[in-house]
Amino acid sequence: MTNRFKTGGYHVAMSIVSFLWIAPILWVVVISLRSFDDVAANGLGSLPHSFTFSTYKSAWEDADEFRALINSLAVTIPAVILSLGLASIAAYGLARYNIPFRRTVLLLMLMGNLLPPQILLIPISRFVELTGYYDTLYALIAVHVGFGLGFYTFVLHGFMRDLPREIQEAATIDGAGPGKIYASVILPLTRPAMAALGALSFTWIFNDLLWSITVIRSGEKMPVTPALLGLQGLFVSSWNVIAAGTVIAAVPTLAVFLKFQKHFVSGLAIGAVK
Amino acid sequence: MTATTVEPESPPDAQPRSRSGERRPWRVSPLILAFVFVPFAVEAVWVFWPALQGFWLSLTNWDGLSAPKFVGFGNFGDMFSDPIFKTALKNTAIWLVLFGGLSVIGGFGMAMLLQKERRGVGIYRAALFTPVVFSLVVTALIWRVFYQPDGLVDSVLRGIGLESWIHPWLADPDTALYAVILPALWRQIGYVMVLYLAGLKAVDPALYEAARVDGASAWQRTRYVTIPQLKGVNSVVLSVIVIDSLRSFDIVWSMTKGGPYHSSELLSTYMYSTAFQSTQLGYASAIAVVIFILALAVILGYLIRAFREET
Repeated sequence: MTNRFKTGGYHVAMSIVSFLWIAPILWVVVISLRSFDDVAANGLGSLPHSFTFSTYKSAWEDADEFRALINSLAVTIPAVILSLGLASIAAYGLARYNIPFRRTVLLLMLMGNLLPPQILLIPISRFVELTGYYDTLYALIAVHVGFGLGFYTFVLHGFMRDLPREIQEAATIDGAGPGKIYASVILPLTRPAMAALGALSFTWIFNDLLWSITVIRSGEKMPVTPALLGLQGLFVSSWNVIAAGTVIAAVPTLAVFLKFQKHFVSGLAIGAVK
Repeated sequence: MTATTVEPESPPDAQPRSRSGERRPWRVSPLILAFVFVPFAVEAVWVFWPALQGFWLSLTNWDGLSAPKFVGFGNFGDMFSDPIFKTALKNTAIWLVLFGGLSVIGGFGMAMLLQKERRGVGIYRAALFTPVVFSLVVTALIWRVFYQPDGLVDSVLRGIGLESWIHPWLADPDTALYAVILPALWRQIGYVMVLYLAGLKAVDPALYEAARVDGASAWQRTRYVTIPQLKGVNSVVLSVIVIDSLRSFDIVWSMTKGGPYHSSELLSTYMYSTAFQSTQLGYASAIAVVIFILALAVILGYLIRAFREET
């Protein structure tokens, strides 16, 4: 009896906590569906008296959030592919071959990712200006690749190092060269780690603010995360439109998370340094 | 397993890893050298070289137009008489203690409550974890809607008869910093919880069994089995939290820009506005170096752990 009572209490308490955790999100969704007049008349704290999708239209078209999302994807997808591709070849070389100073190289690469980004902001903004890439999405892709590489290399290296020797020996006897072994033996086996890092890096790059506002200036090139901040200036006190914009900006990472839930959580458990 | 992987300490009699040298009999071909060199070069161009420049710039006086002028440690001396810097430093310390401490306590507590696989646990975990996938800008906007005058916070206070508590949370220098910490915590607790859940999962159930046979109470099992077994996770969580705290920028920038009157300024936001709004590039670099120095102990700890994994 007391046990059942305890279980009941546990579930009541945890349900309340979970609800409180989700409530802010639900509340913003509710506000995003209210009309301007309703918010103006009843305040943001009241229950809705209206229902409209026009807020989403405003955010999508007038604030050009559609373009911001395209920019985000145009940065995020190439950056994820490039950084994981580069990290995986580096990890393969370092984990499976007798590279001189390989430990130093690996730790240097990891250290690069542990540096506070503030140290790099000014030199990098100068560098992209000098090379003529300031205010381009290319600069943003390059920054994300350079800064993320070290950590991904480190994680993949740990993974590849523990793969058994025999598989590589067998492939070598069959006459496969290092490139072939990487592509057809090692890479397929690192798929779980790649999936975890893919889900994680997508989220990090998509959600980035600091690098975007450092190397991008013009509004039409802003990815969706910094563009969302600009939305506040555009729609001063139209909190229903801002809420709609917020929901739109949150959907892609939420979708990635829901689709790759297992990978995502295992990736985080790798102990991300973000 | 990597140094960063959450796993319990291995028992002392575990097999030592074989020497790495004898596990890599393959000779290095030019292709393999290129495999390592190209990514390393990319990182060198985008991280190592700019970092060295950043350290150098911290010793100069530079407005971005004329040539940087070498001033030695002058920028660091200027900090002592800069009240905004002191505020930013103090706030960063508050941030570290409050944001860091509470997210560890909250995350660990939630992980303990949700570690047993039972009905409904998946839903509770997912609920706590959801904010982790949002960007900090999204988080900031969600909470700004909350804090608006007439927003939900005020409505709730009015509803429970605490009208006197109604307050311009983000606009008051006394409360702005704390009003920003709350959303940051909301997002971080789920993340720390996941790290601890992974650590708890890795604890050998036989240990609990043995403790139970020995008649240990639930509290004793936690105290003498769980907590010691989580040593590895703890150091990971600690590193993550310190580095996260020192890097925190997005949430403050999106909610208050460090204001009002620099009351919610962190070192990271102060560095950014010094660099890109008042273009004191030398001084801003020096602030960045201070952030680096504060993070150094943790970075070194992390690297040492990684190094040990490798040997």
